Amino acid sequence: MNKLLSSLRIALRALRVNRARSALTMLGIIIGVAAVIAMVGVGSGATARIQDQIQSIGSNLIIVLPGSISTNGVRLGSGGVSTLTEDDAKAIAAECPAVAAVAPTLRGGVQIVFGSANWATSAQGVTPAYTIIRDLTMKSGQFFTDQDVDAGAKVAVLGETVAQNLFGGAEPTGQVIIVKNVPFTVSGVLTPKGQSPTGQDQDDVILLPISSARQKVIGRNRANAKSVGTLMVQAGSPDQMDQALSEMTTLLRERHRIQPEHEDDFTVRNLTEVFAAQETSAQVMSILLGAIASVSLIVGGIGIMNIMLVSVTERTREIGLRQAVGARTQDILSQFLVEAVTLSLLGGIIGIVVGLAASALISYFAEWTTKVSVFSVLLAFMFSALVGVFFGYYPARKAAYLDPIEALHYE
Amino acid sequence: MPDVIETTDLVRDFQLGEIPVHVLKGITFRIERGDFVAIMGPSGSGKSTLMNILGCLDKPTSGTYKLDGAGIGDLTRDQLAEIRNKKIGFVFQQFNLLARTSALENVELPLLYTDLPARERREKALKALQTVGLGDRGQHQPSQLSGGQQQRVAIARAMVNSPKIILADEPTGALDSRTSLEIMAIFQRLNRDDGITILLVTHDANMASYANRKINLKDGRIESNQVIVAPHDAQTDRAALPQELPAATKEVEVRQ
Repeated sequence: MNKLLSSLRIALRALRVNRARSALTMLGIIIGVAAVIAMVGVGSGATARIQDQIQSIGSNLIIVLPGSISTNGVRLGSGGVSTLTEDDAKAIAAECPAVAAVAPTLRGGVQIVFGSANWATSAQGVTPAYTIIRDLTMKSGQFFTDQDVDAGAKVAVLGETVAQNLFGGAEPTGQVIIVKNVPFTVSGVLTPKGQSPTGQDQDDVILLPISSARQKVIGRNRANAKSVGTLMVQAGSPDQMDQALSEMTTLLRERHRIQPEHEDDFTVRNLTEVFAAQETSAQVMSILLGAIASVSLIVGGIGIMNIMLVSVTERTREIGLRQAVGARTQDILSQFLVEAVTLSLLGGIIGIVVGLAASALISYFAEWTTKVSVFSVLLAFMFSALVGVFFGYYPARKAAYLDPIEALHYE
Repeated sequence: MPDVIETTDLVRDFQLGEIPVHVLKGITFRIERGDFVAIMGPSGSGKSTLMNILGCLDKPTSGTYKLDGAGIGDLTRDQLAEIRNKKIGFVFQQFNLLARTSALENVELPLLYTDLPARERREKALKALQTVGLGDRGQHQPSQLSGGQQQRVAIARAMVNSPKIILADEPTGALDSRTSLEIMAIFQRLNRDDGITILLVTHDANMASYANRKINLKDGRIESNQVIVAPHDAQTDRAALPQELPAATKEVEVRQ
């Protein structure tokens, strides 16, 4: 410890003697470390944003779409025929242990009128379970209840975009809007969710009780009074996704009386999986950016090696003298190694500060989310120390094994 | 009194390309503890090579060298470094002080490679500086000191770790005669008061006259090895010099 401290003092003195040179050498490391921190920050910022978006569509989400059935060789696409019913939804909720919640939904385009304002949007007939699955909260008012669904009440919940377009700044709750010529009372407004991972405005929506929606607004497929568009299903946990998928498939095939040789008349999609792929690509980008930035750190390390070699040559007589008065190989080696590591660590610390500032500037001016983790700061710090040891070793070794007689008489 | 240096048939060959050059051709001598020996000889006589071996910076091709009773023939690089640290002090013609480093820290240098705690190192270094009369110049850097003062710092550095021997290689070669006498006076005092054995390499017969013994080298062999019966006293000689010579003549002045 004592030795290390005095080595450090010697190193700092040596670095002070050649201030400009030390600063320029450090600059290589500063740029390298700052680049790593800023680039990894940008990368993890992108990853975090995607994760937020995935969170916004709801976690552990599975969507069951009706269709494709084939009749007499004519195959209809997914969703072409309403094969799913509210009873299917209830059966899944009751009989699949891996499923936490099920919400049937019915979707259609509508024109909404309030006074002299009007707005075209997508109407969704849902049940209160939908709020759990999509993780919806109310900005104002109340969501409708199961009783409202059973009674076919004419109440509506607006998304933020719709509320803004119809009411401007005014409070919509309690007002009556006209949806496809049917008056609905606004019971509340949803907290804004922003864009979906695919870029859709998740607030441009009006939610109605599924019963009222089917009867008064969307009203397709009157053949089956209980048909629904899609079922949104939430699994109990991420681990239960696969189990939930297979339980539902089995149950629905059974309920729809599908013979083993026939295809499903519904499609099950694991949404989380789709967006996880995007997350992976963002992570790959983050690693790539970090790797490119690391190259500059290595270049900085080569700068250190270069300067240390010059320094060893310049100080050959000093090395000879130290050897003459009793410095062992180890002493000279550690002296120059400490000097190189001091250079790279000082550069590393300054680089971390610059990197933090750079990522703050990037998120301020480019309006990108950047996220600098403690881990990446620690990693950059460790890495710069490692660069010092790695690139300082060769010059230090060269110094340590100088012949004392030659070194003493070096001109 | 046991011998501090004992060499037997020291031979040192160098390989210059294809041709082997025999620099030392069998050197045998002893130096008693507390002696003050001047080693003289013309250039190429093997003085430097002998000093390197005696200073444990180099090893002989054959022959044995015992320092303070212990052979150094088969010691490793680091063991030699430890011996240099504990038993030998070096004084060079060009002082070899570390630039931009205070006199005190220069003197402290050998102690950095011992286990002494920082405070003791400081105390020892300060005491050594006081011995050479520079106790008040500890914070000066070499560039702020005169040549004679720099060499005194170097002597303080050589003696700071209480060595058995001090090897001085042309210590007055870069100094004027008045300053040279100061340096010789310090050596005589260290030799007399502290009992440190001193080996002085010089080609200046005047400087050699302050030693107790004179060894002449020629062509890698000892030509003569004799006791100086009545060595000069540097302190007395210095006092006898005319006071304050004009600056211009200082450099070229030759001692009679």
